[in-house]
Amino acid sequence: MDLLELRDISKIYGTLKALQNINLTIKQGEWLAIMGPSGSGKTTMMNIIGCMDKPSAGSVILDGQTISRESAKNLTAIRRDKIGLIFQQFHLINYLTAVENVMVAQYYHSMPDEKEALLALERVGLANRAKHLPSQLSGGEQQRVCIARALINYPMLILADEPTGNLDETNEGIVLEIFRQLHREGSTIIVVTHDPEVAEEAQRTVVLEHGRIAHIHPHGSHPHGGGHDHHHHAEETEVPA
Amino acid sequence: MVISSLLRRRSRMIVALLAVAIGATILSGLITIYYDIPRQMGQEFRSYGANLVIVPSGNEATISMDTVKKAAAYLPAENLIGLAPYRYQTVKINEQPFMAAGTDLAEAQKTSPYWFVSGRWPESEGEALIGQEVSNVIRLLPGSLFTITGTDAKGAAFEREFTVSGVVQTGGTEEAFIFMSLPDFESMMDESGKVDAAECSISASGETLAEIAEKISANVPGVSPRLVKRVTESEGAVLTKLQALVYLVTVIVLLLTMICVATTMMAVVAERRREIGLRKALGAANRSIVFEFLGEGAFLGGLGGVFGAVFGFVFAQEVSVRVFSRSITFQPLLIPVTLVASVAVTALACLIPVRSATDVDPAIVLRGE
Ligand SMILES: Nc1ncnc2c1ncn2[C@@H]1O[C@H](COP(=O)(O)OP(=O)(O)OP(=O)(O)O)[C@@H](O)[C@H]1O
Ligand SMILES: [Mg+2]
Repeated sequence: MDLLELRDISKIYGTLKALQNINLTIKQGEWLAIMGPSGSGKTTMMNIIGCMDKPSAGSVILDGQTISRESAKNLTAIRRDKIGLIFQQFHLINYLTAVENVMVAQYYHSMPDEKEALLALERVGLANRAKHLPSQLSGGEQQRVCIARALINYPMLILADEPTGNLDETNEGIVLEIFRQLHREGSTIIVVTHDPEVAEEAQRTVVLEHGRIAHIHPHGSHPHGGGHDHHHHAEETEVPA
Repeated sequence: MVISSLLRRRSRMIVALLAVAIGATILSGLITIYYDIPRQMGQEFRSYGANLVIVPSGNEATISMDTVKKAAAYLPAENLIGLAPYRYQTVKINEQPFMAAGTDLAEAQKTSPYWFVSGRWPESEGEALIGQEVSNVIRLLPGSLFTITGTDAKGAAFEREFTVSGVVQTGGTEEAFIFMSLPDFESMMDESGKVDAAECSISASGETLAEIAEKISANVPGVSPRLVKRVTESEGAVLTKLQALVYLVTVIVLLLTMICVATTMMAVVAERRREIGLRKALGAANRSIVFEFLGEGAFLGGLGGVFGAVFGFVFAQEVSVRVFSRSITFQPLLIPVTLVASVAVTALACLIPVRSATDVDPAIVLRGE
């Protein structure tokens, strides 16, 4: 089943064509990587998929709903209910503790629930850092808090823009392991990255150049059982919570 | 979570809280003073002498003491500073004519506190207080004896000796008078129970005095109460000006508080632009953002208002003691008024920054601005 479809998307800033005629479908449970040089439109595309921006032309269909036609208010609700965002700069609120940062996402979604927030932190291996402020956490730990926050409301689509861009190799490994785990559980993930090793983990890589899709690589030799086989396996045995 | 988040951002919040608290303090202090001024000044003004005089009405020549008592019943007991009845008669000293006045000397001191007496007020029988002019003409000093001659009420000639207890300066016609106690005067004139006028000093505004006067003339026959316009009108003018001044200062303080709070909140919004973008990216509706900031503002306003209500009273008390040398009465109603005012002002001051907070684009978060 297609979770997301981009139909002939363009985004124009003044005279600058940040995205031009993008067509792409993403299946439920798929792990997609987006690569491309700086300024090629990767973040612009993520903002459109993440309901934070609207395309200048074309339509975006998420979970059967044409979101490119929705009002800003509805987009906020869709973003809250269906999307989990992971950022290169983590974007934690600096005066809130790790667990409180996770609870902020719960607060806007439904009700803050400290126990559940603590469980989410435990999942990313941060149970003993829950009461720390972001300034007391390492970059890798902050990114894991950001991931816990993105996952707390069980989004149907996880968007990560350069999640490992600010991390060293060890922490990159930890974050990738969390992504693999999410993928095994059936989450749909879109990762923007400059790092071919990170892209390699995904099932497909879309390469953008000058706002257009230059090419799409399927990764036949997927490290976790390989492409479609694994994908079907995930769909049959595990359901996103 | 809200409290601890405020605590962790305390430096910024303390500035805003301080602005609100100082504003609320001055506001509640000024309002207290504003409403206390008439009371404070009313007592202050009473040192300028009587503001209501009761005189015989129409064709009557004098008022009986009983009538004076009836009229006095209409005066507000708690605000009555003094009531001095006066009886006048032309008499002679060394064949020169002067005006003798009999009065209740203790009350006269209260109604005319500005009289300057060298020597002292009469204390025993046969003592008199003479005006400065009298003293100049007949060269009498405190302690000297003098003789008053004249015709009494029954037409018989009299001659009586008095001791000068003091010389009075008033800057007015009283300096040509000879004051003595009413009993002395009455025994000298061989009459009793009649006065020419009664001077009242009442701590009240012009309007209240006018109402009192109206009641007396309607209910007590034979008298006509008159406001001493010179006193009541200038009092009214001073009061109006003072209150207008305090009012103006109050408004300016309110505006300054608003500007200060608004600036602080704007700085808070500017600082938190990225956080607001993040919150929106996490799915915060504009309404939640508005609630959050207004809630924070209202919280600051409430807390500042509590401080303001307490310190405002202290401030007003201090001002009152220093300026008027009198303490102030506590107005319980001022607590809710101060609270509501400071919450409203803070919320109002937050409106502009809050609006700009809702304008933040969630897309800035991914762009990493
Ligand atoms: N709000 C905006 N107004 C005008 N131009 C914009 C805006 N946002 C992005 N752009 C332009 O659109 C183009 C694509 O930007 P985008 O951020 O999508 O690139 P990117 O692929 O994410 O780059 P990077 O790898 O550096 O993050 C760039 O040329 C950028 O300058
Ligand atoms: Mg980018």
